[in-house]
Amino acid sequence: MTEVELAIIGAGPAGMAAAVLADELGLDTVLIDEQGAPGGQIYRAIERVAPDTPLGADYLAGRPLAAALRASRVDYRPNTVLWHADPEGVLFLATAGRTATLTARRILLATGALERPVPIPGWTLPGVMTAGAAQSVLKSSGLVPEGRVVLAGQGPLLYLVVAQLARAGAPPAALFETAPLENYLAAARPVAGLWAGRRRLLEGLGLIAAVKRAGVPIRRGMRGLRAVGRRRLERVAWEGGELAADYLLLHEGVIPNVQIGLALQLRHEWDEAQLCWRPAVDAWGQTSLPNIAVAGDGGGISGAGAAVLTGRLAALDAALWLGRIAAAERDRRAAPIRAALDRERAFRPALDRLCRPARPVMVPAEDDVIACRCEEVPVGTVRRAARLGAQGPNQIKAFTRCGMGPCQGRICGPVVAAIIADTLGKPIAEIGTWRPRAPFAPITLGALADLEAADFAPQVDS
Amino acid sequence: MQRYDSIVIGGGLVGSAIAYGLARAGLKVALLDEGDVAFRAARGNFGLVWVQSKGDGAPHYHRWTRRSADEWPALAAELEGKTGIAAGHQRPGGVHLCLGEDELAARRAMMERLRVQAGNFGFDYRMLDRHELADLLPGLGPAVIGGSWTPYDGHANPLALLHALHKGFAEHGGRYVPNIKVKEAGAAPGDFCIRLADGEIGAPKVVLAAGLGNAELAPRFGLSAPVKPLKGQILVTERARQVLPLPIATIRQTVEGSIMLGDSQEDAGFDTSQRPAVMRTIARRAVLAFPWLRDLQIVRAWAALRVMPPDGLPIYDQSEQFPGAFTANCHSGVTLAAAHANLFAPMVAAGELDPALERFSARRFDVPAAA
Amino acid sequence: MFRPRPEGPGAAVAVSIEGRTVTVPVGTSAAAAVLAAGFDSIRETPVEGCERGPYCMMGVCFDCLAEIDGAANQRSCMIEVQPGMRISRQIRARTIDPEAG
Repeated sequence: MTEVELAIIGAGPAGMAAAVLADELGLDTVLIDEQGAPGGQIYRAIERVAPDTPLGADYLAGRPLAAALRASRVDYRPNTVLWHADPEGVLFLATAGRTATLTARRILLATGALERPVPIPGWTLPGVMTAGAAQSVLKSSGLVPEGRVVLAGQGPLLYLVVAQLARAGAPPAALFETAPLENYLAAARPVAGLWAGRRRLLEGLGLIAAVKRAGVPIRRGMRGLRAVGRRRLERVAWEGGELAADYLLLHEGVIPNVQIGLALQLRHEWDEAQLCWRPAVDAWGQTSLPNIAVAGDGGGISGAGAAVLTGRLAALDAALWLGRIAAAERDRRAAPIRAALDRERAFRPALDRLCRPARPVMVPAEDDVIACRCEEVPVGTVRRAARLGAQGPNQIKAFTRCGMGPCQGRICGPVVAAIIADTLGKPIAEIGTWRPRAPFAPITLGALADLEAADFAPQVDS
Repeated sequence: MQRYDSIVIGGGLVGSAIAYGLARAGLKVALLDEGDVAFRAARGNFGLVWVQSKGDGAPHYHRWTRRSADEWPALAAELEGKTGIAAGHQRPGGVHLCLGEDELAARRAMMERLRVQAGNFGFDYRMLDRHELADLLPGLGPAVIGGSWTPYDGHANPLALLHALHKGFAEHGGRYVPNIKVKEAGAAPGDFCIRLADGEIGAPKVVLAAGLGNAELAPRFGLSAPVKPLKGQILVTERARQVLPLPIATIRQTVEGSIMLGDSQEDAGFDTSQRPAVMRTIARRAVLAFPWLRDLQIVRAWAALRVMPPDGLPIYDQSEQFPGAFTANCHSGVTLAAAHANLFAPMVAAGELDPALERFSARRFDVPAAA
Repeated sequence: MFRPRPEGPGAAVAVSIEGRTVTVPVGTSAAAAVLAAGFDSIRETPVEGCERGPYCMMGVCFDCLAEIDGAANQRSCMIEVQPGMRISRQIRARTIDPEAG
């Protein structure tokens, strides 16, 4: 079985930046990623980007990262799924239906983020997708949704996707903003960082202007959003109106993808500002397990720029941990990275307040809204089980099947936890999470059966 | 102090079945349970309602298992009527497959022993050869050379059963108290009290059904429950159209179509981590039995801890030191659920275990005094 | 329906979707190809038979499960189209061929 010094999971900005620096520092590094090309979500298909891309200048920032990865000695493994990890560092992988293993002395999780679920009535109808989904399709294939496209929710990505679709020749029919009024009031309060983060603020204002220039009508303070239709989306309805629509693209911010960290039983904390779980990490991304670190949005949402920087910090710390550099050198090289990171993160607290999801996004009011998409379990079933005495997600899973589907709770986890918290009158932080189990992504029985004895034995030094 | 007719400690399959039986009989019951994160063998179950392998050399256990399997359909129907939750019980008979001649010979010998030991209670089984099995089971692998079948075996959805028992318990006025791990209690003959977050509860009866927790808890009530963890892992596939007409000891297809695969037995203490090497062994055995399983994706898997008494047989006991204290321990919480609700609970309600359960007492583990 | 943007990448891949030949740009995922072919839904859920389309397009929601080159329940948003790929909607629970393996 192959043994490496550093295994990085995820080839987004954090993973790529960490891999490149680790390689420069002389670490024997492997980079594992589920996608077929580097870039993660934000820089998806960056290597194939056309010069006249409608995706904008920020997207192009991913190109040098991918090029540096390709030029490095990093063992880059695309189309590779991590399906189990022993905390001691044995990784079980699958590529094209065949399993493989490797041992890593140190693991860096750079699994990024996913969009927060938006459980509105009708959200499982064909034609309802996330805003990021439409953006991913645009990036990888240049395809755009046809017909009347409505974007709804809040957050910078929403405006970005509207601008990108408009530039791609498919201007959406409307942008419905769901930010409650108190978000504006909270964000307007004096907060350190508003000036330091002015670049981001200006970028945001620029995006809004771009949307207006594209002629896309913006409606604010939208409440009671519903997707309506028989076999697919036909209309988007809200408190006070409705609009015929072919596609509804939802977005209420992103949350860290903590699936593997939870499976490894790393200590996690509830982040009340971002309303999400994230791993407990120190300033270098070090987790509660000595050989495992986290970088990028998977450790807390800070954006692509910060992801590159935390990836580099994690690579420096890994080099120290593996005995390649001394602490003084690590700290010296980290200093400018930290300064840049502070600037990147400056606007984040204001942004978190501005884009805080309204209550119905966390806890749907209607009992018949689907809470668990995979197992088709409505919110009411979860509430009734919580009232019967199920105290947390694991008992809820036992009683309702929520979390037993193929997504293993990635999508329904936040919804179910919020419903339990609301029903029991407890803070979400007390409710806890599921413990995801292997396989983290499906593998066939045949692939599992074909694992060889050699896949389990540590490699003997010759 | 809130007074109850009985306290039950442990809200898993054993505790909730007993609590349900007591509440159904009209007793005022408090069911104490841990919180969301606990070992909970009840959440790791395979779902067999299995008879054919039980009680070789222990006919009392075989009879107890048979009686439970016979009571199962009625319990399932009753629970569905009261709660609307279907436990998904089916009893088409079950098969144990053998992959080698030695294995088959040993199996045949065991089945014959069970028949002889059953006496006039009877034990109906058939040894099936490869051809008979292939007629019964589509796509049977060439490695299977034969197997045993009995009509008594079946399967159910263990989590639906747990949910239904809890809901039925509540319907009968039972009080469920979660987030409590009982460490100590006041214990005197016919007089037990336990401190909760918001006050004390007391009852003349207490039933210890705390699974692995019983080992530490039992002595405080003048009982002994020397159970130990035995890890097992299970794999679950994507849903498929129904293809298996009956359960096999280590392979069953659920009502929704998923195929569940077991089993493993790992002496790993309280460790519940999954071991791919063991998962591989389960996969290999399954694929030998049914080669077509190779293409199916595993979407879910877990490891859980069985509650294992030293000889594998249940421990049922009543305290001599503190009359009114009872305990129930077993690794077959699904199979024995009906016995626990319909046979054991009435004994507790009556204040005394049936003499038929004497051989399940923990006294059987005592080292006999030198002659 | 998803369509190519006016100035989109040129090179195209021919795939078969529900028996119909469809041409999509290089880099298109199988899930996006189904949308480009004009289908709204890509599967019917195993238990209730509800129609579902892709939701996240990044491999976390598993709503895009489709049959690809004979393999059932594949995450079609994670699979890039190849020439001649056969894509079918996943209708409820997968079938089993007992003679396979």
